[in-house]
Amino acid sequence: MHPEPLSVIFLNAAVVNNFVLALFLGICPFLGVSAKKETAWNMGLATLFVMLVSSAAAFGINWLLTELDLLFLRLICYIAVIASTVQLVEMFVKRFSPALFRSLGIFLPLITTNCAILGLALFQTSKEYDLLQSLVYALGAGVGFTLALMLMAGLREKLALARVPTVSQGAAMSLMLAGLLSLAFMGFAGLGGSHG
Amino acid sequence: MAELPTQQEPLTLDTFVRGLWEENPVFVMLLGMCPVLAVTNSTMNAIAMGLATTFVLVCSSLLVSLLRNWIPKQVRIASYIVIIATFVTIVDYGIQAISLELYAALGAFIQLIVANCVILGRAEAYASKERLHTTFINSLGMGAGFTLALLSLGTVREILGSGTILGVPLFPADFQPWVVMILPPGGFFVLGAWLLLFNWLRLRKARKSPDPTGAAIHAS
Amino acid sequence: MNAEVETQPRGGVTPTWPMLRTLGGIAMMSGLLVVLVYQTTLPIIAENQRLLTEKAVFQVIPGAVTKRDFVVTEGGLQPVETGGAGTVIYAAAGADGGLRGVAFPGAARGYQDVIQFLFGYDPDCQCIVGSKVLKSTETPGLGDKISTDPEFLKNFVALDARLNADGTALANPIVPVKHGTKTQPWQIDAVSGATISSNAMARALNDAAQDLLPKVQRELATLLSGEDPKEAP
Repeated sequence: MHPEPLSVIFLNAAVVNNFVLALFLGICPFLGVSAKKETAWNMGLATLFVMLVSSAAAFGINWLLTELDLLFLRLICYIAVIASTVQLVEMFVKRFSPALFRSLGIFLPLITTNCAILGLALFQTSKEYDLLQSLVYALGAGVGFTLALMLMAGLREKLALARVPTVSQGAAMSLMLAGLLSLAFMGFAGLGGSHG
Repeated sequence: MAELPTQQEPLTLDTFVRGLWEENPVFVMLLGMCPVLAVTNSTMNAIAMGLATTFVLVCSSLLVSLLRNWIPKQVRIASYIVIIATFVTIVDYGIQAISLELYAALGAFIQLIVANCVILGRAEAYASKERLHTTFINSLGMGAGFTLALLSLGTVREILGSGTILGVPLFPADFQPWVVMILPPGGFFVLGAWLLLFNWLRLRKARKSPDPTGAAIHAS
Repeated sequence: MNAEVETQPRGGVTPTWPMLRTLGGIAMMSGLLVVLVYQTTLPIIAENQRLLTEKAVFQVIPGAVTKRDFVVTEGGLQPVETGGAGTVIYAAAGADGGLRGVAFPGAARGYQDVIQFLFGYDPDCQCIVGSKVLKSTETPGLGDKISTDPEFLKNFVALDARLNADGTALANPIVPVKHGTKTQPWQIDAVSGATISSNAMARALNDAAQDLLPKVQRELATLLSGEDPKEAP
């Protein structure tokens, strides 16, 4: 596999193959916490942070398991490590930055069941990225997730003031919005692909 | 948790049917949306994904129910996750053994069954409290409901997006398929449309029967 | 086991030992199950993989019925059984045992993500005789025309891939041209409406061919000698 430039990896993860709008990862938090911009921002940051940490951890595990020739345990190890990373991050943030903990607080445990994190670990493995590439990929994925969440929250805040037919309130409306956003993001396809 | 041994659910037809409609994991509880949207661009993928998820759901629920008196509360989530991940790994290898082409089509979403909140939700909310046979029936119903949801999306998307069903062409050759339906936005649109339909049905029902429960639905 | 249920405190703090025992037990059990399934399915998966590769190789090289895998290493071509690291290529033979062609992989970034290809090379005419998309997430109906459009696929019936005089690179790099402007046998006539995907395919082919074909051509004898099934170890 020829090495991809870091900028392409970043763009790819953040917009072209946006984790939420193109790959459908992390839909639950996307629909769940995108009602207000402030919570969306905090959730995005928390996810970005956990993504970076677990990406590095997943890289380490994959290396270790490859050395030991135990690749069939990969999935179990990944999920266990992500769950404990989230716990560790929670404890760490609580200890060293109570202010940050108050704003991220309830979102951290939610991240464990965010399939974007596990997806990130699995994709970086299947794409055979090295450590630096993995971290850039995680950064791009986190930025893309935050971006999608913020866009959605902005739309929903506006929509809260609009008169919507009763029948289309709630999740159905959110999904239609997400579809439109996803349609818009398709326009990014081809970015970084046309260079020689 | 053996804390409430007296309130275990008796086995009725409702144990199964609930998962199909009233508590449908996708349409009503809005859980496990990622695979629902991602792999439903064809009917075949939807069926395979539904069956794989049902298998993991039933097996892990059974094991959790079996071990329910034995798992301390503090480590229950970790235990459930390990149990689920085990069965997902088994399914992963199983599908590779059955067909590598199918495996390529479903991609990473087989392994992502681990993070499907339907399964962890069942383990935590039902299997950890109930007896073995009710758990089996209930999780089977949930799995069927999940598969049903996948199918209703997959069929619509395949018919509109490729003009085929299970790979068999439905329309004359000059039919121009609505390609966007098998692309990511189509997933959102079709699921949104299904939810709209269900909302509309519920509202209509509520309007026809002016009882307090109907009013409550209308208000929410 | 029944006795342990009794000792479990209700609502109070669970001692460390049962927690460790439970986690350990579950981990042991899951490990056992996974290893069991892994061992059972491993030969089936390997067989599936082999059939799939074989099908792809026979598809890109017309008339091929058997194949042998080689690794392109620093020191030259080696049969895959020797365990060297490098790109795997497939030498395919016809029913008479003669070398029909060599299949080699290539990859490039397309419209959505990296596309992986398998190309067929015929050493007799020094040309590309077939292509197959192995993995792609290109837009259905547009980008995926590179594997379905019959007019585009005609590019790969006999695409010129001659080596230069010293045999170190292609005499003419394989380049994509705008739809309908193909004039030379080494040009690829792009699909209109799928230009980026066509370009990606040309780039993948050119990169892989520039790198691999000189080595393949230099060691055709190795491929040939390993080719006859009777001579194979």
